[in-house]
Amino acid sequence: MHISNGIIDGPVAAIFAAFALAALAFCVLRGRADLDDRLAPMAGLVAAFIFAVQMLNFPIFTAGVSGHLLGGALAALLVGPWVGALCVAVVLVVQALVFGDGGVAMLGLNITNMAILGTAAAYLLIALLLRVLPRTPAGLAVTAFVSALVSVVVASQGFVLQYWLGGTTDLGGNLGGLAGTMAVAHLLIGIGEGLITATTVVTVAKVRPDLVYALRALKPAVPAPAVPVAGGVR
Amino acid sequence: MGAGHGHVLYRESGSPVHRLPPEVKITAMVLFTVAVVATPREAYWAFGGYALLVAAVAALARVGPRWLLGRALIELPFVLFAFALPFLGAGERVEVVGLSLSVDGLHGAFNILAKGTLGVLASLLLAATTTTRDLILGLDRLRCPQILTQIATFMLRYLEVLVGEARRMRVARVSRGDDPRFLWQLRGFAAGVGALFLRAFERGERVYLAMVSRGYTGRMPAVWQGAGAATAGQWAVAATVPVIAASIAAAALVLQ
Repeated sequence: MHISNGIIDGPVAAIFAAFALAALAFCVLRGRADLDDRLAPMAGLVAAFIFAVQMLNFPIFTAGVSGHLLGGALAALLVGPWVGALCVAVVLVVQALVFGDGGVAMLGLNITNMAILGTAAAYLLIALLLRVLPRTPAGLAVTAFVSALVSVVVASQGFVLQYWLGGTTDLGGNLGGLAGTMAVAHLLIGIGEGLITATTVVTVAKVRPDLVYALRALKPAVPAPAVPVAGGVR
Repeated sequence: MGAGHGHVLYRESGSPVHRLPPEVKITAMVLFTVAVVATPREAYWAFGGYALLVAAVAALARVGPRWLLGRALIELPFVLFAFALPFLGAGERVEVVGLSLSVDGLHGAFNILAKGTLGVLASLLLAATTTTRDLILGLDRLRCPQILTQIATFMLRYLEVLVGEARRMRVARVSRGDDPRFLWQLRGFAAGVGALFLRAFERGERVYLAMVSRGYTGRMPAVWQGAGAATAGQWAVAATVPVIAASIAAAALVLQ
């Protein structure tokens, strides 16, 4: 999914870079209010987790692209959409600057797909499903699974849209094929991502429900339990 | 967890490139990559020029070609797309050893391979000469919003916490009779991924609270910020790389 330099042409990359910058600036403004003493270490850990998980790459040979887990839904569930998008964006920036995953000049495209589209799709679904489904661990698991699955497929279609706008090589009629291959491959990846997201979030929700942002936002009436200062003296 | 410096790709050395302030190196690297991407793909000589430039910086940084090229293999999954293009591309076709390949697709494949590789080499050089601590310091000096540098700081610290916890849980599983081999370890790992996350979080939270109680306010101490901010001279030295790259790109555009 990481687009490397030269796959999409310069002007389209520049437009998406401007879009990503604007969207991230908005997330920074909204995220500042969210980032308290509980969320700051969580945001760091979510970013580290996503970083580690994105190391697993599955090459999709038929289309010649690679796919991997994205983590947008996990971030949206645990730290909320604003900080969540920032977490994924930080992962992408560090990967591009230091590890050469995805071109630096294509950062705008990658951030748009994975950090913004992926997290936005996931959060919209989470907000909807948490209201509809019963408030049980099973309901939360289904929410996490579905939102992760959909967010991965949406992010992969972001790439198809960008390729259609500014791909450096004209694929002619093969663009539909690219869209199909990307969708099917990412459906499979999405299932894996959904399982990991669901297991992680359900475990966290069982032990420390106060840490799950999506659940916090849902029940504003109940005051959050006082955080046991987890063994600060230990 | 060790001290926050150093990472797998960092190469300890006292070369002139290592001594440059991080913000200067980040800027030069980003501008270089933009110049490379802006070059028209038919200007083959320009890419040769960029490669020479990368080689010169690598020599200055005392980073060996074998290390650099070996690490550059990381880009393989990302440029797989390039190898499919000659088959998928539309338009005019040529015969190459019995295969019908698209001319546009071949150009496209070269474009992705050349620009992708140069970008990866540039970021590897940045990684080899800059510690993670300096990288974040550089981003901070480039006026990157504090919330982002804060997330990045914790991310890099907690990566090691995660790896450490995962290793411990594996040892715990093995010592209780699990016999993980190859892919089957994944099952045990997947079952414990939620527990891993929680354990890492609780350790991470303790680290964070310890930092807060020692005066952390979301930014690393002023001692880090003050020392060694880039001088005009250093900016000028580092500017040579993007300036040469931009001249090559401009020449390629004009000659086209």
